[in-house]
Amino acid sequence: MSTDTVRDVIIVGSGPAGYTAAVYAARANLKPLVFEGSITAGGALMTTTEVENFPGFAEGIMGPELMDQMRAQAERFGAELVTEDITEMDLTGDVKTVTDGYGNTYSARSVILAMGSAYRKLGLPNEERLSGHGVSWCATCDGFFFRDKDIAVVGGGDSAVEEATFLTRFAKSVTIVHRRERLRASKIMAARAHKDPKINFAWNSAVAEIHGEKSLTGITLTDTVTGEQRELPVAGLFIAIGHDPRSELIRGQVHLDGGGYVETDGKSTRTNLPGVFACGDLVDHTYRQAITAAGTGCSAALDAERYLADLDDAGSVLLAEHDSLLSAVN
Amino acid sequence: MGAVAEVTDSTFDEVVLKSAKPVVVDFWADWCGPCKQVAPIIEELAQSHGDKVTFVKMDTNTNPVTPANNHVLGLPTIQVYVGGELVKAFKGAKTKSVLLNALEEYL
Repeated sequence: MSTDTVRDVIIVGSGPAGYTAAVYAARANLKPLVFEGSITAGGALMTTTEVENFPGFAEGIMGPELMDQMRAQAERFGAELVTEDITEMDLTGDVKTVTDGYGNTYSARSVILAMGSAYRKLGLPNEERLSGHGVSWCATCDGFFFRDKDIAVVGGGDSAVEEATFLTRFAKSVTIVHRRERLRASKIMAARAHKDPKINFAWNSAVAEIHGEKSLTGITLTDTVTGEQRELPVAGLFIAIGHDPRSELIRGQVHLDGGGYVETDGKSTRTNLPGVFACGDLVDHTYRQAITAAGTGCSAALDAERYLADLDDAGSVLLAEHDSLLSAVN
Repeated sequence: MGAVAEVTDSTFDEVVLKSAKPVVVDFWADWCGPCKQVAPIIEELAQSHGDKVTFVKMDTNTNPVTPANNHVLGLPTIQVYVGGELVKAFKGAKTKSVLLNALEEYL
């Protein structure tokens, strides 16, 4: 099924980038249609705890609460929000089409891409099978199940340390498994972890195997320096080794860099395709903050608005030329 | 009460395992962000297909036994029971279209 109307703008993805783009586009009267994605609606902040560094919230705000607020703000100005995933996009023509999980297609003169990024996996056998059975990417969702259990967190960045610190509320012990011999996390986060009596460190260690029948029972670690292996019995394994941009759907149409991030023109959000704009973590391998994603979401809406205004101007010039030609003939 | 009834550790046997109809169980908790996205989808499915399939939800905060017995260690988890047997399980939030496809044989 396809809908006949060609809209001004479709926004694919939510999170701070998609919702901010929606707020700006809606206020510009572009009546954006937003595909939030139902697995990922609200983006990465939906699985975080306290956001302490979003300006304007002096006491901090919970990630999901911040997203609810942005969503409500977009809706207030007339953005149409759909909780479905987009499964196909054709962005090359003047009119772009996107297809949802039911096979419905929608078209628009411009598209803003804000699909964000997805958790990186270890790529080990049993990882998928035991996900939801001890292997997890979401400490806030699943930490509760590991009360008085020994668990491990893989990774050395801010998100790994944040998860480990959060998990100490429940777990008996949390071992941070990291490939190097020091954390990559910011100083304030690292200091918190080092002070925590429940947090241990497995330095220079990589997860080699994941064990368990119905649920996780342990992991095998390889020492990244000596190559020696050892067993670590854990009931939970939280993976926080970074993210990859969710750009698979647009590969081959939109120019991507080596990491799969969308390439944009200079400081703008313009992609190589006219009328297609990209923002948020899909573009950003450097800053990756809620506030920077919101910032580029705003830029994308403004860029789309200008693009549409230019199209309309060009259209009225053509129409005027057409009219004067007609009157000359008559 | 909405179309999606609460099931507890003490009613699970009666409501889910002994049900004549297939039962979809949505395991959730108030601290789970993605669960909040799943809840309205389950609600919609219950509205439109509640005659063929029973939709229930279980708060894992207050009901620790059933999740443990059924190896639920992550949220959201959606399980499908037919004739007292666990036949399908979805780990993590899923779209409405994905759930509809998976339930098609019972609708």
